[in-house]
Amino acid sequence: MALLEVEELSVTFRQRGRRTVRAVDGVSFSVDAGEVVGLVGESGCGKSVTSLAIMGLLPRQAGVTVEGRADFDGTDLLRVDRRTMRDIRGRDIAMIFQDPLSSLNPVLPIGRQVTEVLARHRGLSGEAARREAAELLDRVGIPDPTRRLREYPHQLSGGMRQRALIAIAVACRPRLLIADEPTTALDVTIQAQILELLKELVRDSGTALIMITHDLGVVAGMCDTVNVLYAGRVVETARRRPLFTEPRHPYTVGLLNSIPRLDGGRGERLSPIPGSVRDVLPWADGCAFAPRCSRQVPSCVGGPPALVLTHTDRSYRCVNPVPPAAGPATPADSGTAPAPTAGGSAAGETRTTAVPAAREEESA
Amino acid sequence: MSMTERARRKAEKLDRLGELAAARDDERGVSLWQEAFRRLRRNPAAIVGAVILGIFLVVAVLGPFFVPYGPTDTIGIREGLVKSGQGIIPGPSADHWLGFDHQGRDEFSRLVVGARQTLLVGVVSTLIGLAVGAVIGGVAGAAAGLGGRWGRWVDGILMRVIDMMLALPSLLLAVSIAALLGAGLDTVMIAVGLVSVPVFARLLRGSMIAQSSSDYVLAAISLGVRRSKVALSHVLPNSLAPVIVQATLTLATAIIEAAALSFLGLGNPDTAVPEWGVMLADAQPYLGIRPALAIYPAVAIIVTALGFTLLGEAMREALDPKLRK
Amino acid sequence: MTREAAVTDGAATAVPVRGDSLVEVRDLKVHFPITRGILFDRVVGHVKAVDGVDLTIPRGRTYGLVGESGCGKSTLGRAILRLTRPTSGTVVFDGIELTGLPADRMRAMRRRMQMIFQDPMSSLDPRQNVESILIEGLQAHGIGADRAARRKLITRTLDAVGLPTWALSRYPHEFSGGQRQRIGIARALVLGPDLIVADEPVSALDVSVQAQVINLLDELQEELGLTYLVIAHDLAVVRHISDVVGVMYLGTLVEEAPSDRLYSQPLHPYTRALMSAVPVPDPDVEDRRERILLAGDLPSPANPPTGCRFHTRCPWAQPTRCPDERPELRTIGASRVACHWAERIASGELRRHEVTAQLVRPEDAGDTPGTLATPSEPGSFV
Repeated sequence: MALLEVEELSVTFRQRGRRTVRAVDGVSFSVDAGEVVGLVGESGCGKSVTSLAIMGLLPRQAGVTVEGRADFDGTDLLRVDRRTMRDIRGRDIAMIFQDPLSSLNPVLPIGRQVTEVLARHRGLSGEAARREAAELLDRVGIPDPTRRLREYPHQLSGGMRQRALIAIAVACRPRLLIADEPTTALDVTIQAQILELLKELVRDSGTALIMITHDLGVVAGMCDTVNVLYAGRVVETARRRPLFTEPRHPYTVGLLNSIPRLDGGRGERLSPIPGSVRDVLPWADGCAFAPRCSRQVPSCVGGPPALVLTHTDRSYRCVNPVPPAAGPATPADSGTAPAPTAGGSAAGETRTTAVPAAREEESA
Repeated sequence: MSMTERARRKAEKLDRLGELAAARDDERGVSLWQEAFRRLRRNPAAIVGAVILGIFLVVAVLGPFFVPYGPTDTIGIREGLVKSGQGIIPGPSADHWLGFDHQGRDEFSRLVVGARQTLLVGVVSTLIGLAVGAVIGGVAGAAAGLGGRWGRWVDGILMRVIDMMLALPSLLLAVSIAALLGAGLDTVMIAVGLVSVPVFARLLRGSMIAQSSSDYVLAAISLGVRRSKVALSHVLPNSLAPVIVQATLTLATAIIEAAALSFLGLGNPDTAVPEWGVMLADAQPYLGIRPALAIYPAVAIIVTALGFTLLGEAMREALDPKLRK
Repeated sequence: MTREAAVTDGAATAVPVRGDSLVEVRDLKVHFPITRGILFDRVVGHVKAVDGVDLTIPRGRTYGLVGESGCGKSTLGRAILRLTRPTSGTVVFDGIELTGLPADRMRAMRRRMQMIFQDPMSSLDPRQNVESILIEGLQAHGIGADRAARRKLITRTLDAVGLPTWALSRYPHEFSGGQRQRIGIARALVLGPDLIVADEPVSALDVSVQAQVINLLDELQEELGLTYLVIAHDLAVVRHISDVVGVMYLGTLVEEAPSDRLYSQPLHPYTRALMSAVPVPDPDVEDRRERILLAGDLPSPANPPTGCRFHTRCPWAQPTRCPDERPELRTIGASRVACHWAERIASGELRRHEVTAQLVRPEDAGDTPGTLATPSEPGSFV
């Protein structure tokens, strides 16, 4: 049984004098225990709002409406009272944010912020809490942890702050960890360290992880299952490998084709998706992606496309999906031998076409 | 790829772009000021503020032509209704809506005529503060933001001067200026204006320095635009919003301050010309007999100041870049 | 503007010899003073943002500059355009030395060297509509006889970057991120420059829009023979659009190589680590590749390590030479690399070893140059 089952989650922001925004528009996905699930999408696709809704961190005020269900181990997270939610938060579900500096309290030492969580959820105090906190910092790879406990967030570098934040998040051995763009603010080499750390934590502790990111590269290296979001709805769900080798939704294909790859050759034209994420159709009127889609057919407009389930673990929301044989164009092997240390390109694979021919770049 | 082929493709792309943006095509561009004004119109606080100020403005401009009695006409004494020496100052009646003041003048007429004077003091003193402050702040901000080492030196000197002005308690500063120039309406306006100079100067300078480090300023410099032109056409216009908001808020305090100075006897020595601050001061000895005489001008001052403050705060909200989408 | 001569050949060649280069940078240094004190500013040290960089940008080509935040790549780009004054060293642009140029001649030179910024929103004046954004540069340089001539030039440029003419009366906030970046490109392009320095041109954009802008830059180069200096942290993007890539670490160039070669044969240990850290959207590659995880953080540029700047984090660092002798850029094959042991690392003679992380204090970096006082909250009166 799934650890977290999100069904038809919708979040609407209504504000006087502004257009009503349906930030999340019927998102459904599930997370099994110990599984790494990716929520991928561009800005405005609702991935962050989804996580905030699950954590009950959206402002409880008029104008913010949350609908649907988020079933966590038998409890509907969207229906529980604040008290219960506070208990669940931190103990059962923890969250890691993009910007570690603003997520840490600047006027409290790191140690206090770790022991606070230990005291609240695990009842540890005094020396025991401090020892445990030092152990946690050590576990996330912060050098000289006992000294670090007395230091303040601004005294640590960005990477170390993110490690401290992760230490706080895993302090109570939560069953579910939600990481919202945890490495976007960091440099690549530091990103690699943090991703490695997250992988290790998940592997060792059996914590399930929801990885929210815009970077398909990060997804390719980490996630077991991937949900691609567009305009507040999941448009494709697949296991990691099938998603990359056999993407079915035109948006997924478009994303994969528009990223320059490290192992691609110089000067190969990319195949971008025309327009911008602003050019959407409301889901009620049809597929939100239709205005930008190269495989658009008349039946795209008129009503929301139904979810198509191919076989287990695979679903997409499209009336004219990309045929399974025509995956994204793998970069042509530009005659370069795989780098000795840095891993190789997908050498030997032939270039599959079909899709890119249909989408031409919008730029002049 | 042939030329015609390329041209055709380009035309198609443009069409598509046009289609995507079709919904936004039928209107002209909306500048930030227009957008801020739209936001302002939707804010109830702004509307209340604007209505108050509108009434105030109409009264100040047209009021004197329609008042039932002359503001200096001691009609109450002439008709024997007012004997302030004996503590007889009649209250509101059908003929005199707010009663008389201690010299037997019609209180309502004085209040209405006083609005003009009060508005004049508020606006002129704010303009004095704004003009002097904006010049100092603008020079300092441009020098510090774009002027290099020499500019920072200029900025340093100007700001020390401003710091000295800030260090003095504002009322004390106003009193000393008034003492220096002698009592009078001009004095009040200059004093109140000078007191607000440091606020405007610091605000504009800080805002300009912040704007100077933004990318579009660097972009203009890298285009080859002269630094003096960059300062005038990019940095200054983008730094004005907080200053304008501050001016609105300062208007409110300027009215109160002018009233305070008049109350202290530094205002127009000719008390025959009604001004709310002077009226408030005049009412002081008669607080025990007829407190209403103090309450009328006080309420007028408070409501007007409130109008400016409401509008100012609403403008701050409307112009705040953080609230921009 | 015909400079096809240098462009026609599609294959990346080695760093070209002198003569067909547009920009030559020699031993460029940019040091920012760190000052302390309330009344009198006292210089307590320097942030060595750029510390001795040599590079040559071939005409009609793209030079990619890659490195992590704080490596000085943006400062280098601005110093080349003289938007930041270099501490020492020379920049020669098309035979003219820029470093000693008087201000008014420099201003005139700016027509030929333009910049594209990272954040298209903050680099456009929110109060200018597109027409006035584009016309400003023309006016500054007196290009175009009258309004009509300028208007024609502007419309043509708009068309070249794929924006419709009705955009002219619009304001930046009315466009999407990708369209705004097109406006930024048009602003640079309208002056007919030879060199365009693009500082993180796509990193603020959505993934699907990044490709549009990258393709646009490619097409414009093809049509107009532009020379680019592309500065970015994303190695995949830089490698995609550059002919030659320079890798920077702590203010110095550690490796420079033709784009393909940098990927197939990275010589500097830092390049290898950087390359292995970039995620590739392909599970097969991700599962197979070997990660070189660097220990710790970037040292402070105010107090860089002695010898080789990278030796504190280098998995191949040797006890000799690395800690005390600063490596020069040496030519090995088609690459230039600043590593004492590059050949022996490439041959596999030297093996990787564990490195213990050293803690880096962010405050060591000192204040950013030109820190600004925030405006004080206006006090009230009476």
